[in-house]
Amino acid sequence: MTAARKPRVALFATCLADTLYPETAKAVLRLLERLGCEVDFPLGQTCCGQMHYNTGYRDEALPLARRYAEVFDGYDYVVAPSGSCAGMVREIHPGLCGPSSAVERTYELSEFLVDVLGVTDVGAYFPHKVTYHPTCHSLRMLGVGDRPLRLLREVRGLELVELPQAEQCCGFGGTFALKNAETSTAMLADKMRCVQHTGAQVLTAGDNSCLMHIGGGLSRLRTGVRAVHLAEILASTEEHPWVATP
Amino acid sequence: MGRNPVTWLGSPTFPRAARTALGDTQLRTNLRKATTTIRAKRARAVAELADWERLRRAGEAIKNDVLANLDTYLVRLEEAVTARGGVVHWARDAEEANRIVFDLARAKGADEVVKVKSMATAEIGLNEYLRARGVRPVETDLAELIVQLGNDRPSHILVPAIHRNRSEIKEIFSRAMAEPPDSDDPRVLAEAARRHLRRRFLSAKVAVSGANFAVADTGSVVVVESEGNGRMCLTLPETLITVMGIEKLVPTWRDLEVFLQLLPRSSTAERMNPYTSVWTGVTPGDGPGEFHLVLLDNGRTATLADEVGRQALRCIRCSACLNVCPVYERTGGQAYGSVYPGPIGAILAPQLAGDMTDKQAASLPYASSLCGACYEVCPVRINIPEALTHLRARAVEARPKHTAEALAMSSAGWVFRDPRRYEAAQRAGSLSRFLAGSDGTIKRLPWPGSKWTSTRDVPAVPKESFRMWWRRNRG
Ligand code: SF4
Repeated sequence: MTAARKPRVALFATCLADTLYPETAKAVLRLLERLGCEVDFPLGQTCCGQMHYNTGYRDEALPLARRYAEVFDGYDYVVAPSGSCAGMVREIHPGLCGPSSAVERTYELSEFLVDVLGVTDVGAYFPHKVTYHPTCHSLRMLGVGDRPLRLLREVRGLELVELPQAEQCCGFGGTFALKNAETSTAMLADKMRCVQHTGAQVLTAGDNSCLMHIGGGLSRLRTGVRAVHLAEILASTEEHPWVATP
Repeated sequence: MGRNPVTWLGSPTFPRAARTALGDTQLRTNLRKATTTIRAKRARAVAELADWERLRRAGEAIKNDVLANLDTYLVRLEEAVTARGGVVHWARDAEEANRIVFDLARAKGADEVVKVKSMATAEIGLNEYLRARGVRPVETDLAELIVQLGNDRPSHILVPAIHRNRSEIKEIFSRAMAEPPDSDDPRVLAEAARRHLRRRFLSAKVAVSGANFAVADTGSVVVVESEGNGRMCLTLPETLITVMGIEKLVPTWRDLEVFLQLLPRSSTAERMNPYTSVWTGVTPGDGPGEFHLVLLDNGRTATLADEVGRQALRCIRCSACLNVCPVYERTGGQAYGSVYPGPIGAILAPQLAGDMTDKQAASLPYASSLCGACYEVCPVRINIPEALTHLRARAVEARPKHTAEALAMSSAGWVFRDPRRYEAAQRAGSLSRFLAGSDGTIKRLPWPGSKWTSTRDVPAVPKESFRMWWRRNRG
């Protein structure tokens, strides 16, 4: 990255964050601007088509993949706060509608921070006890590895505790959570037991989808443990600390 | 217990079968214990080899070559087996294969056959076929014996009785054996089984085996096992019948070397399995005087025609994917309704069954959260998640176009195709705030959302989506 020109980054909010978790998208925006990027949010974006594709509705996924390539064309980078959606774009879109510059330049947030911007200390402050769940698609489809942990370790005030059986799937799996609701819930129960075992106040991950699932379970059981997206932790500073949205 | 080939006749769809298993505390405990232990052991065994990734790629490449040139290699195998005094039979489907075995057994006047290591015969329902015609099949693999004596179904590729614990096994043995075990100590149980089987081995005239591999060059057939009972089956009886899926070939002995490293570490987490038996045709005065090799298609060539789905035929039945699968760990193998459970079963069984209009078969590719753990461990790099989504697409094609799900999917697609419609939907969605409690979460949604909210809260759609915020502040 040259000092002369700010990298032009398109934020791919993902349909889930755009619609249900706008705070995550705002956090990515704040964070990237703080780190010197010029961020745009192309309003033509909608959804990467993962739900359709993974459930077997390829004809519905195809126009969404094409739209993605068009809308995000011409930026230096596209950044998404989701390993799952970034994985869908990078691993599946080319097979659906061929290669595109947008696809090649798409990064999951922690990858972008560590690999492209070359930072692990993003100047964040988050005075809570946190445990990290490596979501399956971040872990296995994209292979983000320990990048999120390296970022979290540099956050001031944050106490990081290890999650037992971290690499076990939480049971979300998109429409799996509805089609096999009971199996999904059994997997969730085990995941929640591990989360509670850590004594953490906050569970974080790089995917709102899994956080919605685990967080929804933790909320139902009134555990008091909050599910917070990694971007929101990294965006939090002493001047603008993270506040829980209702 | 009738069943059609590949999937058990009358099996409920996966979600329904899973429900029963999920409520079974003992089953869940047995499975969790077994899979967690083997997972850790496998990881250690694999980490010992610096070139594991290269071995996996070699295994993948050899199997791909086999599948691409199956016709050539099969003919070569047939020639080699015949040249060494064996007889090769070709079976298009379960019925043909069963008939071949039964006719051979009858020709020998056998009213009992000893069996070892054969998923292929389980796939075609050979035991039921023989029993119905007065020939008693005796399983000699310890775990298969437990399943057989318990009138049960297998629930794992390698350890068909994985869902049973020691005291359950003692129960089963006590009911079925002339000399019942007097404790549930594993050694006592194994000894009881040994005594029970010994008589069978000595009296059986015909043995039926499966095969892990067959070497096309020399016509040699290979069985890899832990207990040594296979060795008894393969050497004592006068006639040996091997039933093998046509994809189990490897071209040469050098290729075999790769798999003899990949298989034991992946399946039992051992560097080398205790017994590897190889037999080539017949040798006068040594071992069975007659050898028959039944080459089974049963949906395999049809599977081969599917470019994405065919990778399932690379499978060497190591069971590593079952042991890491979070869905399998909760539901056990019987929920999959076939002799091939777990991730590999979810992609293999529906393809071999060859009928995506069958509700049970079509439910199998959805029996996964697509977490990808199976792909990560598979020694022949079968991209199971890719095959799963591919088969889901085939299941969708085979279904009527106007299901509630198809309509929901197409209207969601219609919304996502146009940002204006999408934003309008976001605004409409924020009406869901009326459903939310004071904490901003929704506790109960109407169907199908109720499947979510029966155990999970869901946040209400916020008043302002990110794009609305962006337009207001940055637009
Ligand atoms: S699919 Fe792969 S991991 Fe699963 S049993 Fe077959 S070879 Fe083993």
